[in-house]
Amino acid sequence: MSSTVLLTIAMLSALGLLAAVILYFVAQKFKVIEDPRIDTVTEALPGANCGGCGYTGCRAFAEALVKSTSFEGLNCPVGGAETMAKIAIILDRQPLAVEPKVAVVRCNGTPDNATRTSYYDGAVSCRVAHALYGGQTGCQYGCLGCGDCVESCKFDAMYMDPVTELPVILDDKCVACGACVKACPRNIIELRKRNKKDRKIFISCMNKDKGGPARKACKVACIGCGKCVKVCPYEAITMENNLAFIDSTKCKLCRKCAPECPTGAILEIGFPVKEAKPAEPADAAVS
Amino acid sequence: MFKTFPKGGIHPPENKLTADKPTAILPVPAQVTVPVSQHIGAPATPVVEKGAVVRAGQLIAQAKGFVSANIHSPVSGKVSKIDTVVDTTGYKQTAIVIDVEGDEWVETVDRSAGLVKDITLSREQIIERCQQCGLVGLGGATFPTHIKLTVPAGKKCDMVIINGVECEPYLTSDHRLMLEKGAEVLTGVSIIKKALGVESVIIGIEANKPDAISNLTELAKGFEGITVQPLKVKYPQGGEKQLIKACTGREVPSGGLPLDVGVVVQNVGTAFAVYEAVQKNKPLVERVVTVTGKSVKNPGNFQVRIGTPVSALIEAAGGMPDDTGKVVNGGPMMGKALAITDVPVTKGTSGIILFPAEESKRAEVLPCIRCGKCSSACAMGLEPWLISALSQKGMFEKAEQERITDCMECGACAYICPAKRPLLDYIRLGKATVIRMARERITK
Amino acid sequence: MSNILNVSPSPHRQSAETTRKLMYGVVIALLPALATSIWFFGMGAIIVTLVSVFACVATEYIIQKFILKTKPSISDGSAVVTGLLLAFNVPSNLPVYIIIIGAIVSIGVAKMTFGGLGNNPFNPALVGRVFMLISFPVQMTSWPLPQGFNTGYADAVTGATPLAIMSEGIKNGETVSALMEKVPTHLQLFYGYMGGSMGEIAAAALILGGIYLVWRKIITWHIPVTILLTVAAFTGILWGVDPTKYADPLFHLLTGGIMLGAIFMATDYVTSPMTAKGMVIYGIGIGVITVLIRVWGAYPEGVSFAILIMNAFVPLLNMYIKPKRFGKEVKRG
Repeated sequence: MSSTVLLTIAMLSALGLLAAVILYFVAQKFKVIEDPRIDTVTEALPGANCGGCGYTGCRAFAEALVKSTSFEGLNCPVGGAETMAKIAIILDRQPLAVEPKVAVVRCNGTPDNATRTSYYDGAVSCRVAHALYGGQTGCQYGCLGCGDCVESCKFDAMYMDPVTELPVILDDKCVACGACVKACPRNIIELRKRNKKDRKIFISCMNKDKGGPARKACKVACIGCGKCVKVCPYEAITMENNLAFIDSTKCKLCRKCAPECPTGAILEIGFPVKEAKPAEPADAAVS
Repeated sequence: MFKTFPKGGIHPPENKLTADKPTAILPVPAQVTVPVSQHIGAPATPVVEKGAVVRAGQLIAQAKGFVSANIHSPVSGKVSKIDTVVDTTGYKQTAIVIDVEGDEWVETVDRSAGLVKDITLSREQIIERCQQCGLVGLGGATFPTHIKLTVPAGKKCDMVIINGVECEPYLTSDHRLMLEKGAEVLTGVSIIKKALGVESVIIGIEANKPDAISNLTELAKGFEGITVQPLKVKYPQGGEKQLIKACTGREVPSGGLPLDVGVVVQNVGTAFAVYEAVQKNKPLVERVVTVTGKSVKNPGNFQVRIGTPVSALIEAAGGMPDDTGKVVNGGPMMGKALAITDVPVTKGTSGIILFPAEESKRAEVLPCIRCGKCSSACAMGLEPWLISALSQKGMFEKAEQERITDCMECGACAYICPAKRPLLDYIRLGKATVIRMARERITK
Repeated sequence: MSNILNVSPSPHRQSAETTRKLMYGVVIALLPALATSIWFFGMGAIIVTLVSVFACVATEYIIQKFILKTKPSISDGSAVVTGLLLAFNVPSNLPVYIIIIGAIVSIGVAKMTFGGLGNNPFNPALVGRVFMLISFPVQMTSWPLPQGFNTGYADAVTGATPLAIMSEGIKNGETVSALMEKVPTHLQLFYGYMGGSMGEIAAAALILGGIYLVWRKIITWHIPVTILLTVAAFTGILWGVDPTKYADPLFHLLTGGIMLGAIFMATDYVTSPMTAKGMVIYGIGIGVITVLIRVWGAYPEGVSFAILIMNAFVPLLNMYIKPKRFGKEVKRG
C-alpha cells in the first residue's frame, strides 16, 4: 500500500521536474527583451485603443513613444496634455504644448437645405454610398447620412440627428481622436482648435462647385463669393476651389464674416444671441 | 452539346421582353453630351474649343496615355460648352456638349449599307484603326479594344472567344445584333481573328437565343475557323473567366488575364464595332441600347448616338411610366442605378431598364443564417458571406487572403441571399480597398 | 420626370427566397412526421407541440421586446422551427412545465445569449433537449407507447424505446436475435410503431420531409446522407463481426433519433458547415459519435450529443475547409 503511495509521489515529482526543466528552456529560447518603460507608458495611456494617435492601439503608441527621441508628432488626443505630461515624466523629457481640438461637421445639407434628388437604398454605409454615386442630393461633396462616423466614434460623442439626417458631435465628450475624420469618405469632419465655451465659427460646407450649381444643390452652400475673405481682419479665411476655409488657429472669433455670407454657410456656434441675428434653424445640426 | 461552366451560378428570371423587337434607329437629338471618360483608363483630352463646328465622326477628344480611348463627335453641329456634367457614374465628369445642326459626316466614313467582306488591312493596320476609332469593349467593361488585340511579348494567343451570351436578364441588344447584323458581326470576328493571328474562334451563345444560334451557325459556314457554341442558360456565363471555362475548359488563374491561357474574349457588339471601324472607317459613335421594363409602353432596341440623353431614349420607348422607382443603366445584375435620367448614353450603355416602384426597393436586411447559398452560387468559388463580413469590419488583409480580388461583382451572392444581405456592396468596397492597398505596396 | 428614383449598388434583383420562406419550408417538411406522431400518440403530441412552439415564440418575443429592447423578429419563423423540433425531441407525455423550461433554455440560453438568429453555435432545440434530459431524466425517458389516436396525456402507457431494450438486453447478456423478438419489426419501425420521442419515431414521414427539403433546395443531400451512410457502415461492420452482440444496420437507422437528427437537426443552417466538403466531414463525425454512444456509451441513444459535439467543430470546419476556388493562385510580387 505505502509503496503505491510512494511510487505515485515519485512519479508526479519526476513529471513536475521534467515539465519545469522544459518550461525553463522554452522560456529561455523565446525570451523577448522589452523595454520595461513600454509597460509603464501603456498604463499611463487611457487604454481606449481608439487609434486617434495614428497607431493601432495604446501599446503600439507606447512603443513608438519609448523609441522616439522627442514628442514631435506624437500626441494622445484622448488623454490630452495631462497624459502627455505624465508620460514626459516617465520618459524624462519635456512635454510639447498641444492645443486641444474638437471635431466639427462641415455640412449643413439637411433635407430642407439640400433637396433630395434620389433615395439611397444600398447598404447603410457611407463608404459604399460614396463609391456608388454623388449622393441623395445634387451635392457630391456633402454628408451621405449613413453614419459611418457615428459608428467609428468610441466615446459616444456622436449621434445621427433623425431630422437633419446629419451627424451631431457632443463637444463635451469629443476627445478629437480623429476616428470620424478617417471614417468619413467625404472628409466633411474637421478637427479644429477648441475655443473657450466651445465657441466656433466655421464654413459648414465642402462644396467645391461653382456658385450656381452649388447653390442649386443646397441652399446653404458656400458659393465661393469671397466676401468673408475680404472682411476677415486676421487673414484666417482662404479661398480654394470655390470653397472658403477658416483656419481655426488664426481665427479670433471676431464674428465679422458670418453676417457677410449671402447663403448662411458660415455657422457661429455658442455665442450669445445678437439682436439682429437672422434665425438659423439649421443650427440644431451642429450645436 | 450545350456547355456551361461547372461551379456556381444562378437562374434569375430572364424577362427578355424585347427579344423580338427589331432595332429602331433613334433620331439624332437636339443636343448631345459626350463625356471624355467613357472607358477604363485615363480620360481623353478634349481637342476642340467651345464654339468649334464639328462633323459626325470627327475626333473631339484625344486618348491620353496607352489605356485610354479616342472620343469622336457623334453628331454634326457646334460645341456649345465643355463643362462638368453628372454622367452615368453619378459623379461629375468633363463632357463636351454639342448643339446638333444637320447630320454631316466626315468624308472618310463609308456610310453605305453594303457588306464589305474582304479584309484588306494588315494586322498592325487593324489594331491602329481600332485605336483611332476609339473602340472599347461594348460588353460593359469598356476596356480599350486595341490593347486587347495587342498580344504582349511573351504571351501567346491561340483562341478567340466571342461573347454572345448576354446572360443579364432583360438585355437584348446583342441578341438583336446577332440576328440583324450577323454577317457584319462575323466579318468583325474574322478581323479580330486576323489581328490576333489565331486559327479558331468560338462564339458562345446561350440556349435562350435559338434564333441567334441558328442564324450565326448558318452564316458561319461562309467564314473560316468560326464555330458557334451553344451554352446552357446560367448567370454569370458572360463573365470572361466563366465563358472561357464553359467553351474550352481552360481555367484562367487567380488574378490573371484570359491571355494567360491563350484566349482573348471579345463581345459581339465589339465585333460589330470592329467591322464598322475597319471596313467602313467609322468611329464608335453609336450603339444599340435596349430600353425595357415591365411597365414600359413600347420597350425596344434602339440604335442611338453616343451622348444622347437617357431621357430621350425613355421617351422613345413611350415615356417613363408613372410607377417607375428605379432606372438602371446596364443589366439588372451588374448595371448602375441612375439618380437622374438626364445623363448621356455612353459607349458602355447596353440597356436602360425601368423598374416599377414595387420592384425598386431592396427587402429588409435580416441576420445571416449561414445557409451557404452565397458560397454555392459564387462562380469564382469564393465565400461571399465571409469576405463581405471581413470588409465590413475593415479586416482587409484577411479578405485579401480569402481572394476577395477574384470577385467579378456579378451579384449572384446578393441575389440568392435569403436574408437579403447587401453582400456585394461590402465586397465591392473591400475589393477596391484591397486593390488600393496592393498598389501602395508595389509603389513602396 | 417627377419621380425621385431609388439608387442602390448592383444587383438590382433579389431572389424570391427569403429567410421566412425557408423556415416555413422546414415547418412544412415536418408536417408528415407531426401527423404520424398525432396518429400514434394522440392528444399528447398535440399538447406538447403547441406548448413548445408557443413557449419558444413567446420567449423570443419577450427577450427581444423587454430585455434587448429591439424589434421582435418572431415572424421569421426560426422560433417556430425550434419549438417544433424541441417538441419532436421529447416524449409526448412530458409535463407542460418541463417543456416550458426546455423552451426557455433553447431560446433564452442557447440562442438569444449568443445574439439571436444566426449567431448560436449550438442547435437550440438540442441544447434544450439535453438540458431537460439531464435535469429531468425520469420524465424524459418514460416513453409512451404508440396506441393509435387517443385523448390521454399524462396517463399514457409507457415503456422503453427499442434502442433501450436492445442496449439493456445486450448488457444483461441476451443475444440480439432473442431481443429482436421484443422490439417491433423493421416494417413497424419504418412507419413509426414504436416508443420514443414524439417526432423521432416515424422514419417514413421524416424521409418524406427530407425529400421535400432537398427538392425545395432548402438543404443539400450531403449532411443527411453522410450521417446515415456512416451509421449504416459502422454498425454494418460491427454486425458483420458479431451479429449476436450487435444489431443490424437497418435497425440502427430506423430506431431512435437518427432520422430526425440527420434530416432536421444536423442540417440546421446556423450550426452546420457551409461547404459541401465540410458537411461531409461533419456528417461522418455525427455518424461515428452516434454509434459509439449507442454501442458503448451509457445512454442508449446518442444522436443529440453527437450533433452538439460536432456543432462545436463547425467554426473550425468553416475556417479550414474552403470551397474549390476558381483558377490557380498565382504568386505575385
